[in-house]
Amino acid sequence: MARRNDGSPNTPDRVGTDGHAEVERFHDPGLPPHRPRLADKDPRAAKRAEKQVAILFLISIVGTILFFVGYFAIEIDEPGSSDLRLQNLLLGLGTAFAMFGIGIGIVHWAKTLMPDHEVVESRKPVTKESERAEAEQILGDIIEETGIKRRPLIRNTMLVAMILAPFPAIAIFRDLGPLPGDVLRHTMWDEGVRLTLDPTGTPIRASDVTIGSAVHVIPEGLNEAEHKLEEKAKAVVLLMRLNPEDLSPSEGREDWGYEGIVAYSKICTHVGCPVALYEQQTHHLLCPCHQSTFDLTQECKVIFGPAVRPLPQLPITVDAEGYLVAQSDFTEPVGPSFWERG
Amino acid sequence: MSTSTAPYEPKTNVGRITNYVDQRVGGSGMVREFGRKVFPDHWTFMFGEVALYSFVILLLSGTFLTFFFDPSMAETHYDGSYVPLKGVEMSMAYASSLDISFDIRGGLFMRQVHHWSALLFVAAMSVHMLRVFFTGAFRKPRELNWVVGATLLILGLAEGFTGYSLPDDLLSGNGLRIIDGVIKSIPIVGTYISFFLFGGEFPGTVIIPRLYVLHILLIPAFILLMIAIHLFMVVVHKHTQFAGPGRTNNNVVGFPVGPVYAAKAGGFFFIVFGVVALMAGMFTINPIWNYGPYDPSPISAGTQPDWYIGFVDGALRLMPGVWEFVIFGYTLSLNVLLPALVPAGILFALLFLWPWLEAWVTKDKREHHLLDRPRNAPTRTAIGVAGVIYYCVLWAAASSDLIATHFSISLNDVIYWLRALFILGPIIGFVVSKRIALALQRKDREIALHGRETGRIVRLPHGEFIEVHEPLDKYKQYKLVNFESHDVLPAQPNAEGKITKTEKARGLLSRIFFEDRVAPASPAEIRAAHAHGHGEVEGEREKKAEVSGH
Ligand code: HEM
Ligand code: FES
Repeated sequence: MARRNDGSPNTPDRVGTDGHAEVERFHDPGLPPHRPRLADKDPRAAKRAEKQVAILFLISIVGTILFFVGYFAIEIDEPGSSDLRLQNLLLGLGTAFAMFGIGIGIVHWAKTLMPDHEVVESRKPVTKESERAEAEQILGDIIEETGIKRRPLIRNTMLVAMILAPFPAIAIFRDLGPLPGDVLRHTMWDEGVRLTLDPTGTPIRASDVTIGSAVHVIPEGLNEAEHKLEEKAKAVVLLMRLNPEDLSPSEGREDWGYEGIVAYSKICTHVGCPVALYEQQTHHLLCPCHQSTFDLTQECKVIFGPAVRPLPQLPITVDAEGYLVAQSDFTEPVGPSFWERG
Repeated sequence: MSTSTAPYEPKTNVGRITNYVDQRVGGSGMVREFGRKVFPDHWTFMFGEVALYSFVILLLSGTFLTFFFDPSMAETHYDGSYVPLKGVEMSMAYASSLDISFDIRGGLFMRQVHHWSALLFVAAMSVHMLRVFFTGAFRKPRELNWVVGATLLILGLAEGFTGYSLPDDLLSGNGLRIIDGVIKSIPIVGTYISFFLFGGEFPGTVIIPRLYVLHILLIPAFILLMIAIHLFMVVVHKHTQFAGPGRTNNNVVGFPVGPVYAAKAGGFFFIVFGVVALMAGMFTINPIWNYGPYDPSPISAGTQPDWYIGFVDGALRLMPGVWEFVIFGYTLSLNVLLPALVPAGILFALLFLWPWLEAWVTKDKREHHLLDRPRNAPTRTAIGVAGVIYYCVLWAAASSDLIATHFSISLNDVIYWLRALFILGPIIGFVVSKRIALALQRKDREIALHGRETGRIVRLPHGEFIEVHEPLDKYKQYKLVNFESHDVLPAQPNAEGKITKTEKARGLLSRIFFEDRVAPASPAEIRAAHAHGHGEVEGEREKKAEVSGH
């Protein structure tokens, strides 16, 4: 496949031949002779085929009956149980037999008993060239009669009008949704908001979080929030407790955790799946969607996968009663990147 | 009506009915035109039919589902008969999907019919498209129908994805979440599109009703329209056929629509329906009750999108975590945008443009009604194989986690390997399949010239051993020697005698395409081979000799 020359027209080694030059053609022997089928020659074979087709149609009838048996005769006491499976199976088998019987029956009928002589039909060109010429003439006349070419004022104003006219059709979709504003920058977390268990909303005491454990967390009050799912889609947090010496917080973040307890946004910075898998031994968080892997000991930096940004950390502390609370909202937007994020 | 001849009097009942209809709305012409229209037959022509029939099944089963499905995202507490979810808070969409599954008799069956036929629909379309590609059925005059077909494939993907999202279960919600993340990565307008689509912040309460309208109205209407255009064009062009004795570029050989072809095709609809019903009866698909309602917090590992979405998801996985930039305070997230758009974009761009690309390289503007055997168009076949591998690597990447756990290898290694394969796979596939095609062509040539090897060894009087070759009958031989074979067409000067840059590029491509072609055996070669009785043949060598002899 190497390039052997510069592709100039007088390439010496090959010449385009096929389809261009006079090439000696093979003689077309024509269609092979028709081979009669058994049923064409032997009336008994034909009779046999006829019976087979009828049996197939009978099978279809049985299938239809089977469907009704499945539909009416099966009592379902407990959904999700074997009753439902059995009913579903009977409906499936019944329909399948009903259909196969008809389908295979007809095909068998066509193959064995209907004439199987191949027919030759010649192709006609889709259109005639003369018609094309005529069409061109007619279209030309039509355009000429409109005078659009001679009257550029009409043409230009019409063009502008037609370009502008569809814009309302686009604009009318404006109210599909509100403008983003800055809602993507805020979550329910705020100073003093308690960390609570997902989904029950039970507050979490720092002393209850053991080393090595991972807790799925929602902000207190989420379950009563007006836009619960929208808030939850931003606010879910994963809480883990490590040996404090395994953490190496960067400057300014030293007090974001509490005695080895740290909280990170659970929304993947790739395209937003929940980062739900925590590997205790390695302290890695794994997103099951596209396998982005975040290293907890490096402030959830991405160590593998398509995500780029680390998971945002939620600064936490404990309140007077020993419950974990947020120090503030996240300090950056959570979840996937967006243009205005900066 | 004419007055001089005796008026037509129908003699049979059928005649009376057609007469009645024809006098009111016409139609005799249609019967005359189509009643005995000839359709060529080949097993590979079946896939388009499967696609059509599964679409019909989708319309039937989908309509059933609409009678019970409620697309609302309003919150409700489940009180259907599936005990494990009793009292759980969920959307009406999810609750009604559960009701269809558990409290509507046959509802589960219909859901599974719908889902299995959706998978079959896209699969059949894809295989159908590969058939058209590898046999060259997209060539003039069928280029536009190829474009209609490719559009149908895209519409099928869209229809499937919108449907998959409707039940509002955990899996479909996570699918939407990924879409939302991808949309947000679009520069400048991404955030706005996301907010408009979801009616505010993800997930909002409008996305499912909106997808529902797309799923049961807009996209099916488009699909129906495209199918109508597609089939209309098939009728206008008449079907292609494989070359063979008696089958030329100017005729159509096959069975007449009535009765044989119609019976076979009609019967085949029932068979496809039977297969789908069997699958729906025996194999669970999308057991939404196991996943639970959508909630942004939980997720289960190892979940998979429907197969046809896999290649996009796989591309997202293969992309390394690089190239997210902040420019003048704006975020450009190429780590998401690039894999979401570029691989699929390349694939579909090439798909849509291929008929014109190939015609440009070959400068072949003739009509083609005869199909190529894939081996007889080695470069096209090799490019097709490269494309299939490219697609399959992306597709496999969507299951990288399952591959890793199933074969107990590191997930990261699977991704590294797939990344390498994404680049190398298509190249290797191209080279290997081209070699195979050329080898098959040489074998055909050999057989055409010398007949089939019989395995019988004979000792000639002077002591030499030869294997007896049995000559082919004329029909088989004709099939092996009668095919189109393009040769290299070097860059041609234009009217001003200049060779333009594009023409140079075309000449180069033509060289890459055809320089190692194996020419079909010519009548002269066959005569010569027969005169020698036997002898070793190497396609290339003979052809060289022939060319230099000109
Ligand atoms: C090319 C055509 C179509 C494809 C590929 C397709 C695909 C799908 C898929 C994958 C689902 C999810 C099924 C599940 O619950 O597991 C679905 C759901 C649904 N589809 Fe379609 N569909 C198609 C056409 C239609 C049509 C024509 C209708 C109605 C006229 C329809 C109505 C529905 C409804 C109501 C649901 C929700 C049912 C439920 O989740 O229980 N579909 N579709
Ligand atoms: S969403 Fe987490 S890796 Fe893609």
